[in-house]
Amino acid sequence: MIPEDRGGPAQPLLTVKGLLKHFPVKKGLFGGASAKVRAVDGIDFEVLKGETLGVVGESGCGKSTTARLLLSLIDPTAGEIVFDGERVGSRALSLKEFRRQCQMVFQDSYSSLNPRLTIEASIAFAPQVHGVPRKEAVGRARDLLARVGLEPRRFAERYPHELSGGQRQRVNIARALALQPRLVILDEAVSALDKSVEAQVLNLLLDLKEEFGLTYIFISHDLNVVRFISDRVMVMYLGKVAEIGGSEEVFERAQHPYTAALLSSMPSLDPDNRTEVAPLAGDPPNPIDPPPGCRFHTRCALVEPVCSAKEPPLAATEGSHRAACLAVQPGSGHSLAPAATSVELAA
Amino acid sequence: MLAYLARRVAYTVPILFGVALVCFALVHIAPGDPLVSVLPPDASADLQAMLRTLYGFDRSYPEQFGRWLWRAAHGDLGTSIATGRPVTDEVFKAVGYTLRLSILATLIGFFFGSLFGFVAGYYRDSLVDKAASALSVLGVSVPHYWLGMVLVIVFAAILGWLPPTGAGSGNEGFFGSLRFMILPAVTMSVIPMGIVARTVRALVADILAQEFVIGLRAKGLTDWGVFRHVVKNAAPTALAVMGLQLGYLLGGSILIETVFSWPGTGFLLNAAIFQRDLPLLQGTILVLALFFVILNLLVDVVQTALDPRIQRS
Amino acid sequence: MAALAQQSIVEAPQPKTTGYWTGVWRRLRRDPVAIFAGLVILALILMAIFAPYIAPADPYRASSLRRLRPIGTAGYPLGSDELGRDMLSRLIFGARLSLFMGITPVILAFGIGSAIGIFAGYVGGWVNTAIMRTIDVFYAFPSVLLAVALSGALGAGFGNALVSLTVVFVPQIARVAEAVTTQVRSRDYVEAARASGAGGFTIVRVHVLGNVLGPIFVYATSLISVSMILASGLSFLGLGVRPPEPEWGLMLNTLRTAIYVQPWLAALPGVMIFITSIAFNLLADGLRSAMDVKQ
Ligand SMILES: Nc1ncnc2c1ncn2[C@@H]1O[C@H](COP(=O)(O)OP(=O)(O)OP(=O)(O)O)[C@@H](O)[C@H]1O
Ligand code: SF4
Ligand SMILES: [Mg+2]
Repeated sequence: MIPEDRGGPAQPLLTVKGLLKHFPVKKGLFGGASAKVRAVDGIDFEVLKGETLGVVGESGCGKSTTARLLLSLIDPTAGEIVFDGERVGSRALSLKEFRRQCQMVFQDSYSSLNPRLTIEASIAFAPQVHGVPRKEAVGRARDLLARVGLEPRRFAERYPHELSGGQRQRVNIARALALQPRLVILDEAVSALDKSVEAQVLNLLLDLKEEFGLTYIFISHDLNVVRFISDRVMVMYLGKVAEIGGSEEVFERAQHPYTAALLSSMPSLDPDNRTEVAPLAGDPPNPIDPPPGCRFHTRCALVEPVCSAKEPPLAATEGSHRAACLAVQPGSGHSLAPAATSVELAA
Repeated sequence: MLAYLARRVAYTVPILFGVALVCFALVHIAPGDPLVSVLPPDASADLQAMLRTLYGFDRSYPEQFGRWLWRAAHGDLGTSIATGRPVTDEVFKAVGYTLRLSILATLIGFFFGSLFGFVAGYYRDSLVDKAASALSVLGVSVPHYWLGMVLVIVFAAILGWLPPTGAGSGNEGFFGSLRFMILPAVTMSVIPMGIVARTVRALVADILAQEFVIGLRAKGLTDWGVFRHVVKNAAPTALAVMGLQLGYLLGGSILIETVFSWPGTGFLLNAAIFQRDLPLLQGTILVLALFFVILNLLVDVVQTALDPRIQRS
Repeated sequence: MAALAQQSIVEAPQPKTTGYWTGVWRRLRRDPVAIFAGLVILALILMAIFAPYIAPADPYRASSLRRLRPIGTAGYPLGSDELGRDMLSRLIFGARLSLFMGITPVILAFGIGSAIGIFAGYVGGWVNTAIMRTIDVFYAFPSVLLAVALSGALGAGFGNALVSLTVVFVPQIARVAEAVTTQVRSRDYVEAARASGAGGFTIVRVHVLGNVLGPIFVYATSLISVSMILASGLSFLGLGVRPPEPEWGLMLNTLRTAIYVQPWLAALPGVMIFITSIAFNLLADGLRSAMDVKQ
């Protein structure tokens, strides 16, 4: 099962178009579904082959929902996912085959391992589902355990509760790799670990990525970690993409006020680099009924009347760097908007 | 609160409908033609056909159910085959007796149960506590019909202090008729006693372990103050448990009523079963189940009203 | 990489591997009350199996001359019943039907109720709602009432009593099964299994069953005590086993007429029901706390 690279290196590994998930919630007297949580509210992005795309945003902005949508663990309300040129669920790429190529590591290392299975059985489960004989699957599981730094002879037959958090997360990584996937989604995979263990696991992830030619989607609320590991970063706010671009561009030249605020609230490692933006105050609005216009306008330092009237599109600012803010979009009506260039006027 | 109330009532309606459906089905899961029980053995074919039409057994099940439900909703549960009297009258006369007994039993059980539970929770892991938990295990394990027999043996057969069975002739006056109730009510009270004791013990131990209460005691608040706090906080749950137990006793009294020949619903059921009086069986079960469902509803509502902190969704 | 491997070995604490059930058994063994209750149950079961070898007399042989002999009569260590049959032998033989009628409904209900509850819990959605609302209807009857109503309608008899009791326990077990399955279903390891492309049946078999059957089993054991009381109760009412079979509830019923003649003798069968019921209750309690430990 050598991962076949169909479209060549230039074709994005994953293309997401108009992905939307609304959860109906019960409200009102007789439990009629009269409201919906707009957990993911129409997002588009691409994941390039071999890169690590970091995803950041406050709690509840839809990061995990996006991850679960990508794996079809929940059905999208709308939208399309294209994996290496083929639509997921089409004849060319069945859901089961896609799931073989795309795996996930969860945040809670304990609840993501079945307490009644030994760890080698947990790792060997997925290959067996895909038709690998038990013996061979267990052999592969032991190889992977060694590869993630757990000596098989000592660990293979243990149960999850007999491992530390860091060890369990290594098992989860091994489990995700057991199908030899091309894309691995890591949802807060290191967030629950101690700092020193976290560093070890991050280094392991980098090694594995190189060795197996993996592509990562790395979800985290820890901006330092995201900056360390990501090639590109996507910032989400209330179910939408606020900003997306190269890691350095986003961290050094944040275009969206939300990103700037996030960055300023993080303890910067570099004192020269502190932004003057006020850190975020308060909680994000309720995703059941998000603010009109720009979703961030209730908390934005640069807010102007136009912001609540007009929803900013996710538009390019420089190169592949894109942001959904009127203040950086020429001709938007925002007083800080740059003058329209001739190219845009012509268009 | 109002929204909760409406939801809770709305949830009860389909349950009531289902309960009615089960009671209706009872007659039809009974082996043989339901008509047999109302027919004289030598009935002619004509008479059979006539009665079949009369009772509506010739119609489709949904139609029969609809008609039965409609009449039941208007208080008509049919006619007892054995006595020829309306089932509704028979049932309500018996319900009065059962209710009297169950309420007395619940009160006894609640009083002693909370007493044991309270002491046990207050002096945790003491001898009293151990005795109380042993007692509650015995309470839920004892076959109550046997306990009833033992009490009859001791207090009626051997000591001769109390009447063994029956409800009296009705001319004994209040205390005279109370004598008849003592044995069955005490027997019946054993189950709620064990359960109430268990609940109250856990509640009291929980409340006393709250930091707030520990603080109160450390500040030298009198035991009386702590006691009042505990009672106030334990009461809603304890009362709810008591209400539910009353419901169980109402429906579960059949064995005890049989032991004591107490003329309540259990006794009525017993008679209905052995005379194959299916309308009477059906009507009695329906009334008892309705009591139970509605009592559950009331307990929930009252508990929510008493304790608005309870989150319900 | 070697450095990483080195570090993780330092992290490793425990030397020995323990499965879940090994741990449960180890904790149960340290609970003297549960062990004692278990031994009592074992003794009762052995007594039922080997009744013909243990009982001193034929439990069916009546004697109109030796009716209601008191406890301790020569040849009748526990006296004789209203038809002059040996009480001790009848009590010993009674364990057969009484235990069978108490335990079987719970076993049947465990199978049926678990299947219903796990299915409803795993599938979720409106299927779950439909199944659980139906279950709620049966839950709306107090157990005694439902058992009596069903066996009353079906007619007296051993088989009908078993069916009725099973119907009483299925909803209770199904509710518990549904609740634990719904919980397990939302665990990340089930998600991970789905993400690996496994089908629903495989996931239930490998990842759900092992985690839900334990709690359901504990709950079911706690029902055996109730079932014993109810089963004997049905026979006591004349709805279960029929004479002349020895069964504790039925014996209690037929001896009711003798309470003025031989009061203690009349109470004996109830003692057996009581002992069995306490033993099952205590064992279930012990099992619950042995399995409850959060690992
Ligand atoms: N099954 C569900 N039903 C209803 N609402 C849901 C469901 N799952 C998620 N949500 C809601 O969708 C929104 C996005 O949730 P999500 O878990 O994707 O956030 P997140 O960005 O991963 O947050 P965190 O950082 O806390 O993990 C939240 O408001 C959440 O309450
Ligand atoms: S569009 Fe307006 S409110 Fe939204 S981020 Fe930009 S400046 Fe702030
Ligand atoms: Mg999340």
